[in-house]
Amino acid sequence: MTDLDGAGALTAPAPPRSQRPSGLTRRQRWERRQRRRSVGVAALSTFVVVTLLVVLVPRLDTWQRVRESFFDWGVFRDSFPPIARAFWLDVRIFLVCAPTILVLGLVIALARNVRSPLLYPVRLFATLYTDGVRGVPVILWIYLIGFGMVGLINSRTFFGSYLFWGGVALIVTYSAYVSEVFRAGIESVHESQRAAARSLGLSTWQSNLHVVLPQAVRRVVPPLMNDLVSLQKDVALISLLGPVEALRRANIITSDLFNFTPYVVAAVLFIAVAVPLTRLADHLMAKERRRMSGTAIR
Amino acid sequence: MTPLIEYRDVLKSFGDKVVLDGIDLAVDRGEVITLIGASGSGKSTLLRCTNLLEPIDDGEIVFDGVDISEPGLPPDPIRRRIGMVFQSFNLFPHKTVLENVTLAPRKVLGRSKREAHDQAMAMLSRFGLADKAGDYPDRCSGGQQQRVAIVRALQMEPEVMLLDEITSALDPELVGEVLDVVRELKREGMTMLLATHEMHFAREISDRVCFLDAGRILEQGPPDQLFGAPHEPRTRQFLQRVIDAGRM
Repeated sequence: MTDLDGAGALTAPAPPRSQRPSGLTRRQRWERRQRRRSVGVAALSTFVVVTLLVVLVPRLDTWQRVRESFFDWGVFRDSFPPIARAFWLDVRIFLVCAPTILVLGLVIALARNVRSPLLYPVRLFATLYTDGVRGVPVILWIYLIGFGMVGLINSRTFFGSYLFWGGVALIVTYSAYVSEVFRAGIESVHESQRAAARSLGLSTWQSNLHVVLPQAVRRVVPPLMNDLVSLQKDVALISLLGPVEALRRANIITSDLFNFTPYVVAAVLFIAVAVPLTRLADHLMAKERRRMSGTAIR
Repeated sequence: MTPLIEYRDVLKSFGDKVVLDGIDLAVDRGEVITLIGASGSGKSTLLRCTNLLEPIDDGEIVFDGVDISEPGLPPDPIRRRIGMVFQSFNLFPHKTVLENVTLAPRKVLGRSKREAHDQAMAMLSRFGLADKAGDYPDRCSGGQQQRVAIVRALQMEPEVMLLDEITSALDPELVGEVLDVVRELKREGMTMLLATHEMHFAREISDRVCFLDAGRILEQGPPDQLFGAPHEPRTRQFLQRVIDAGRM
């Protein structure tokens, strides 16, 4: 190195701070103290609250009655297998409806964005559909489509069943909500992305498919999962039409025993699916974020 | 020789605001033309109109003998012959560098994956970006991203490149590597239209410099003349402000 000013010629610069030996930094020592303190406080406060609950709640006069009607272990044990079997129907309905809703929702969102005058009716219908469907309570659609279509078709095949038309009602209502989520995602992609795609000669459709939609869909995964968790519970609404799924089965057992524990069993089953579903969504999102800001495997 | 691009009395307004107010300009093949002027003088709009990202209201833009400003003309076949690079890079964040660069050749030109890949890697290597091919744009510096954006446009083998303030969003120490790429393109004889605030660079690279003011080309000429002895008071005023800001 050349000596530019002549003044620093005799003293060599100190080695970089990071290379000099040292233990924890001042900041790390402070953070460690803080961490210990927070863990201690959290443990103590949790202990106090749990102890109060465990000690005090059973002393309440009403607790015994609450326990008998909602948390009767014998009833729980006996009603779990039939309700779980019935819950399998909920799961199957969900597994068929969810993908259908996602596809239909995306198609409706795209239909609302078409610009061709020839396809204007498609756009008009998509707009009326989302407005109309979302303006009416879900339960009304279930009655209207479920009882309505089954009465109209009057056939004993699967396609004339309450189960089928209940599923259709869920698909109709949820696809309208989901399409709005997709549309918000599509509109959140900055115009400059479309400009870049079009400037390369990609057509409107190619720009949508390769540039806009992939970004839009990634962005709306959390609200979509929210809708799916909501759907997973609303599947139980089909029981209003008659099919014996978990809620219906719990209802039947409850009226037999005059005990509400079967409802708790159904609730536990719904939670058992909903919680992993949301955690899965969080996990997928985190993974996606890491991928986008990390080095990809070639 | 007929010009590659000819602007004839181009008019463009956004609502009440007139952005291009009668632009006349002819760009020859192999020529490098720089547009300078204050923000809002119409530089970017002229480039965006050339690539049909914005329609013009009146006048004509003739590209290779065809009036591309004809309303209703399908824009895609024209756009693939015109490369554009944006101030904010506009790389596709969900695609790797290599995917960014090969998307259009594969989908628009119908090249095979192999062919597009090989051509892209060759050009990425040439510009020192080969080791970034598998990375997402987020992992690249601004200078690297902008060079990738240039490669992405070049992969379509355009006949002209429109560079819209391509160094304005970069940290000062990253400007050089992007300008080097532009110098390289000039050496190859690429026709270029660029809007820029880098006056040194404009003076060095341009065959002709146009000073835009309120949507009009107020003055144009060889760089030495326009920077050294501008005729118009407005041009002198603009250049003086640039000098005062320490940018020239």
